[in-house]
Formats: sequence, C-alpha cells, structure tokens
Amino acid sequence: MSVFSKAIIASTTAIVLGFSGAVIAESHVDPMIAGAIKARQAHMQLYAHNLGVLGAMAQDKMAYDAAAATAAANNLAALITLDQMSYWPAGSAAGEVDGTRALPAIWTDFPGVMEKAGALGAAVTAMQAAAGTDLDSLKGAMGALGGACGGCHQAYRQSN
Amino acid sequence: MTNGSGHPMGRWLRIIALLLVATGVGLWVTRPQPVDATLFDGVIADAGRGATVFAAAGCASCHTAPQSEPSEQPVLAGGRSFASPFGTFFAPNISSDPDFGIGSWTDRQIASAIMRGVGRNGEHLFPAFPYTTYVRAEPQDMADLIAYLRSLPAAQTPNRPHDVGFPFNVRLSLGGWKMLFFNQRYVTPASDDPLVMRGRYLVEALGHCGECHTARNLLGGTDRSAWLRGAPNPAGQGTIPDITPNRLTWSASDIVAYLETGFTPEFDSAGGEMAEVIKNTSRLPAEDRQAIAAYLKALPVSEN
Repeated sequence: MSVFSKAIIASTTAIVLGFSGAVIAESHVDPMIAGAIKARQAHMQLYAHNLGVLGAMAQDKMAYDAAAATAAANNLAALITLDQMSYWPAGSAAGEVDGTRALPAIWTDFPGVMEKAGALGAAVTAMQAAAGTDLDSLKGAMGALGGACGGCHQAYRQSN
Repeated sequence: MTNGSGHPMGRWLRIIALLLVATGVGLWVTRPQPVDATLFDGVIADAGRGATVFAAAGCASCHTAPQSEPSEQPVLAGGRSFASPFGTFFAPNISSDPDFGIGSWTDRQIASAIMRGVGRNGEHLFPAFPYTTYVRAEPQDMADLIAYLRSLPAAQTPNRPHDVGFPFNVRLSLGGWKMLFFNQRYVTPASDDPLVMRGRYLVEALGHCGECHTARNLLGGTDRSAWLRGAPNPAGQGTIPDITPNRLTWSASDIVAYLETGFTPEFDSAGGEMAEVIKNTSRLPAEDRQAIAAYLKALPVSEN
C-alpha cells in the first residue's frame, strides 16, 4: 500500500473516529457510569496525595517525619483494601464513554488486573515497613511502588 | 541523420550502460559498511559494566519477549512488535543462542549491527533498530555490552519476519536512507558542564529518547531541528510529549525522581512505553539520572 493511500485511510479513520467521538460526547451519559468514573479517579487522587507525602520526603523536599510517613503508607494500605467492583461498571471504558482513559482490557483480562493489584499490595506492604524505619528505607521502597503503579497504567491506561 | 550520433541502437546501449554504471556507483556509495576491524583493539570487555550499558541503551524494552517482567538475567528472545507508518517490525532474538540468537556472531558483527545497522550477512538493517543513536557509543561501552549479552541466557525462539510492504522492504534502498539520515554527529553542541556532557551521551548515544520524542519526516528520518520537541505516537493514538524546557517545566530533581520511580511531580505514574523506559532508567546509577536531567534542562528553548 502506498504512503498516499495509507494517509487517506488514516485521515478517513480519524474523521470517522472524531465524528463518533462527538456523538458520544453529546449523548446522555448514564449518571451511574459518570459517578463510577469520578469515584475511581478520586481514588487515584487519594493514592497520589499520599504518595506525594512519601515522595516529598524521598526527594528531600520535606523533612523526614517517621509518623507522617507511616500515616501516608497506612493510608495507601487502607485504600487498597477498598472493594472497587462498583467503580468499574460495564460500558465505562475509553471508547465507550468520554472522560476516561481506562482501556477495555480491564474488563477482558481480570486475572491480569488482579495480578497487577497483587504487585501493588506487595509494594504498599513493603512501604508500610519502610516508611517508619528511616529515610533511606523509605527512598528504597519508592521505586517498587512506582513500578507497581506503572505496571497497571502501562497495560490498562490509554496513553495521552 | 545517422552521422555523428551513431546507430540508434548504439545510443540506447550507451544509455543503458550509463544507467547501470550510475546504479552501480549508487549501490557502492550506499553499501552496508561494518565497523572498523580495529574498533576493539586494546579494549578489555567487562560484562559487569555492560549491564549498565544494557540498561542505559534500553535493550530489554524491545528484545525481551512480549509481557516479560524485568529480570537480572533477561531472556532476549525477541518477538515484540513495533507499528510504524512503514509497516510492523518485530524485534529479533538477540539471546546468546548460537542458532536462533547472536551466540555465533563475532564481536565485530554484533558491533556492526548495533553501531552501523549492518546485519551478519552484510545487509542493511531497518532503522526501527536505533543504530542511528548507537553509532555515537564508545567502543569500550559496546565491548562491555557485547560481553554482557553473551552472558545472558539462550532462547530457541525463531525470528519473525518484519511485515513491511513495498518499497520499504527493499533493503538496498536503506543505503540511500542512511546517506540522508544516518551520521555520527551529535545533535546538540558540546557543553562545558561534564554532567550535561554525560547526559548528552546517555540521551544521544545510548538512551535513544529522540527516536520517539522527536518528529520524523515523510521518510522516517528524525528532524534534528525539532530535537526532543515531541511527536505523534508512531503506534497510533496520542502524542509523545516535548521534553525540552519549552514544555517540560519540571525541575531537575523532578526529572530525576521520575526516571527512578516513574512518578510525575503530581504523583501520577508513567504509563505506555515510558513505563518500559523507567524499568531501564531505574537501574542506572543515580548520577546518570542526574546527568539526563541536566542535559534536558540545558536544551535550548525554541522561538515559537
């Protein structure tokens, strides 16, 4: 296929996708789905906030405080115990509804999702032990935590 | 009028001869050129140091099997696919297996593939393999890397042929491509700051950040005038961000933390291909992450 015909196909596809995107945006979004998307994004925000406390200490932007670090790690541990089933209703994937980058693979690869969740659990548990020990331990536990977040985002979140 | 211009048949023969000569010269000029036989003279390879070169050059991100997890002993079986406007490329097996991998290649053959894009049989390799970056690598680093590659496990996985259509599948034409877009010159000027210089080496000779973060022209050559200023995602959706100070406003320590943990300053985390990159940069010595950050912060801000 020539570059030219590929370009035509690509631009036609872009126009069709853009059009269907506009149709979705204008259609009525089920409030239950809209609420679920808000809930899971808020959940992610709670991770980010607590990671921010640990990260600020790890990057020497905030003085190390064993109690505050432990509290942040415990919050992460509490967050991962929440049952998220209602966050992810069918029909709330990217491509089905606007305002989310959650890939359809989340709904088709449940074992994969659980495996990634397990990796996050292990990293959070390690951070709970490290956070109150000393700053070097905390710094050492950040990488695995980042890797666990990235593992899920790589597989199940649409790139920007 | 037959006098002077000779027999008409003779004129055609001359034109054909001329075309053949021109083609021959063209093929000669653009022929695959391996590295000098003396490249590794006096170089003593250290496989241990090669592990760091391996991480800095990001080899595992492409050459491990799809879905594999990071490992101290990565199995470089190949098989990952890379979509592009020219077709889909499949990373080859570069494990130490003598039949399926590169175990029976000489050091010079391996270095020629990495640094010149020349295969074992003297053929041009597709620039999906970033030899356009590795051409700037130090021979010592390459010797260390090759020693490290030889120490890794063997995999009996056959290579999958690239799915590239005409005319891009004509490897001879890659000689012309190389003439246009392949050279050893660094993109950014030398700096007085040794940290920036180390960063330049890591980014422009090993890390191949520019392969994704720099836009390409119609023939797939990177646009050096828009170095690291972002590009469309070759795999389709979305864009790859500008990482010059034009757009990237993170502090050097933000960049360092990102390259180590994958966390952005907002404590979002890297996804997509960048999550693969973090698996490599997190293995580098801390000073190397600082060097990359110093280099990025020192990039020029464009007019527009």
